[in-house]
Amino acid sequence: MGRALAVIIWILTLGSVSLFFVKKWWFPEAISAHAAALDRQFLLTIIVVGIAFTVAQVGLGYVVWKFRDRGPSDRAVYTHGSNRLEVVWTIVTAVVFIGLAVMGQSVWASLHFNKAPAGSFQVEVVAQQFQWNFHYAGKDGVFGRTDPNLIDDSALNYIGVDQTDPNAKDDVVHSVIAVPEGRPVELILRSRDVIHNFWVPQLRFKQDLVPGMMIRVHFTANRPGKYELACAELCGQFHYRMKSFMLVLPADEHQALMALPQDQFQTRITELLAKYELPAYKQ
Amino acid sequence: MSGETHEAVHRHEAPKSFIRKYIFSLDHKVIGIQYIILALAAVLVGMTMSVLMRLKLSWPGTSWSILGTLFPHGAPGGVMNPEFYLSLVTMHGTIMVFFVLTTAPQGGFGNYFLPIQIGAEDMAFPFLNMMSFWVTLVGFIVILAAIFVEGNTTIANSVGAALGGASGSTVGPIGGWTGYAPLSAVGLPAGPGQGAGMNLWIVSIAIFCVGSLLGALNFITTLLNMRTRGMQLMRMPLTCWAWFTTAVLALLSFPVLLGGGILLLLDRTVGTSFFVPGGLVFGSSVLTTHTGGSPILWQHLFWFFGHPEVYIAILPGMGATSHILSTFARKPVFGYRAMVFAIFAIGLLGFFVWGHHMFISGMSPYSAMTFSILTLSIGVPSAVKTFNWLGTLWGARIRFTTPMLFAIGFVSLFVAGGITGLVLGQTSLDLPMHDTYFVPAHFHLVMGVASIFGMFAATYFWFPKMFGRFMNERLGKLHFWITFVGVYCIFVPMHTMGMVGMPRRYAQFTEYRWLDTLHPLVVFVSIAAIITVLTQIVFYFNLVWSVFKGKKAGQNPWEATTLEWTTTSPPPHDNFAGVLPVVYRGPYEFAVPGAVKDFTMQTEPEASEVAVTEGVGGNGHDVHKH
Repeated sequence: MGRALAVIIWILTLGSVSLFFVKKWWFPEAISAHAAALDRQFLLTIIVVGIAFTVAQVGLGYVVWKFRDRGPSDRAVYTHGSNRLEVVWTIVTAVVFIGLAVMGQSVWASLHFNKAPAGSFQVEVVAQQFQWNFHYAGKDGVFGRTDPNLIDDSALNYIGVDQTDPNAKDDVVHSVIAVPEGRPVELILRSRDVIHNFWVPQLRFKQDLVPGMMIRVHFTANRPGKYELACAELCGQFHYRMKSFMLVLPADEHQALMALPQDQFQTRITELLAKYELPAYKQ
Repeated sequence: MSGETHEAVHRHEAPKSFIRKYIFSLDHKVIGIQYIILALAAVLVGMTMSVLMRLKLSWPGTSWSILGTLFPHGAPGGVMNPEFYLSLVTMHGTIMVFFVLTTAPQGGFGNYFLPIQIGAEDMAFPFLNMMSFWVTLVGFIVILAAIFVEGNTTIANSVGAALGGASGSTVGPIGGWTGYAPLSAVGLPAGPGQGAGMNLWIVSIAIFCVGSLLGALNFITTLLNMRTRGMQLMRMPLTCWAWFTTAVLALLSFPVLLGGGILLLLDRTVGTSFFVPGGLVFGSSVLTTHTGGSPILWQHLFWFFGHPEVYIAILPGMGATSHILSTFARKPVFGYRAMVFAIFAIGLLGFFVWGHHMFISGMSPYSAMTFSILTLSIGVPSAVKTFNWLGTLWGARIRFTTPMLFAIGFVSLFVAGGITGLVLGQTSLDLPMHDTYFVPAHFHLVMGVASIFGMFAATYFWFPKMFGRFMNERLGKLHFWITFVGVYCIFVPMHTMGMVGMPRRYAQFTEYRWLDTLHPLVVFVSIAAIITVLTQIVFYFNLVWSVFKGKKAGQNPWEATTLEWTTTSPPPHDNFAGVLPVVYRGPYEFAVPGAVKDFTMQTEPEASEVAVTEGVGGNGHDVHKH
């Protein structure tokens, strides 16, 4: 019985570990500036986790293999423990775990402890149930005023842009986010109704959009292409299809797009969505 | 054994009437069994829901005609619609966390065995104990009512309307077990599952909080005041330490959830704005009834409870595992003191890490960093426990009974589930991992399956004490092997899904191309889940069959050392037939050199101690020191 259990534990361990290391299923290829450091930290962590997991499970298998009952004449070792061992494994795990925790802050700090660099491309994001709205400032680089009382979905004014504000004249609102390659992007995140979450897996980035709050975050995307954008916070009935795309465009293409008025912008986005293909996912 | 006869024997007889004996009983043992039956019923509902969810995720367009008949609006033509799925998510989580993982380990086994293991005749407040169960049962009935109020259009249109409106297309509220505001706070404008079902959900949880508080007070008082003579704190079985710490956690965390729940209900029903900010827009119209609330406040209140809750679920499993490992290893627990301190450390740190659920919530990124480092610190006492379990088995003479298999399984699953906390606890790594399947994979293994394995171990272990009969070993082992392999097959691939980025709480994965590659894994997990769930029939059958037909067990069938094994199986109404045992030694004295048997009961005096203890009065506080 003990040997069977040991073998099962070892097989399960091998199966579990190999699922992580065969790399058939892995992160989608990253496209953001901070992703390389983040992926390194993940790899380091998952190696530590893998080693600890394997050592513990192999050890568990070993003791159940080795120390089975051998009849009444043969007794177990009588011991109540060892303070030295307790101290050793407490210190070792404390150093490793807290060390990992401290190392795990660097990417976070680079993204969240600094403001977006000067010259970042700004997009205002206003999520609503099952739809993304991206508000672009247009040529003047200034966002027009918005007001929830002006929201009118039937007139396609999803975020309540005040058309009487001169700054709003060249503003564009669209469900697709288009950002420039290699230039920092600052998102100004809001929600119309419930909590949503902006998530593009290739960005290695996620942030809640909280009604009543305006949350500023920044990242840099550095590979042109078309990427799926998902909502990652339960927002109601059609949460699973609150989908859109993020276009990462070469600087000139992006600049040209941003100069377009609303109707031409629309047409151009449709062209760009057709032009760029989704990354080739492993099948 | 407890051969002391110098105290007058004072018996408490069991009540004679059926109702006072088995229904409204004050006996902690009957109440414990009532809690276990409640958990066994609740887990059936929760498991059925999980199977329905797996069917939807793996075969999203398939028609299941029985569902079409039962829920013509939730599954029209037998195809589950998204809101039906999301209500399953919510109900599954709520029922499992509250009515399974918080009832059986603490209210069930804790109730039954804590008083016996410390040598008491009953809990400190038997009436409170009875109330605690019946209040909890009312909470369960209220949550079940949500299924009918939301799932049946006739009820939805009559009762449902009075309770806040219902769509008839779900089986409860939509919000996950976390019920984030404002989705949960604004009512029907936010969509289906936000009416009557959500009100019932909040009321159910609030009732549950009250029941748990009554129980927690009782556990703490009993443990501190009612230990028998010689039962010093450091002579208590580790199970008692676990139940005690759990009770402290419950006492400090449930009031916060209760308060939060009341505020949420006020937001929904009388127009307060604790969690709802102003200017929300639903369907082009501005919600003018609310202004100035904070959605993040709900998350803080919820998780201030929610994280300790994780430990409320698993600490009793840890206690049972330590207890059972030592018994069948025939060896003292390795590092008893370290184990006690580790339980404390986990309980204490458990109160300072709730923010790791909220890294990306919009909370201050600096506090996120603090929470992160504290979170990974919890790994230290958890690792200490694992090392000590391995230490207990080292040099052991293991008897591979069914309870022992499940206890070893607990250790394996606790490691497998707990260790990925090192990933999720890091702020940076939470950016890709948050709200992906990595998270359900992690917490299902550790707080779900590991806890349940602790309870399986406890069931097989204490069943002979509770019913005077063994459970069937052959069926028990079959149950173990399939379940153990099954849960690995279910939850390990979910980590991979999380790395690829599969979002949790999606009704289907049909919309995103980057998820297509995961389809084989999704189907694999579903098949593993269905097989594992079906295997539980063996367990249920074994339970019922063994109550009547199981092999007869004596007073101490496992040759164990603690006080519950010094009394009859099942124990009499007053536990020790009027003669409280006296304790002379620690709880896990196995393989003592020179002893006749390989186990030495706690009640067995040492030659030197007999002389010292003669004539010492009192009823068992820590006054008796050497």
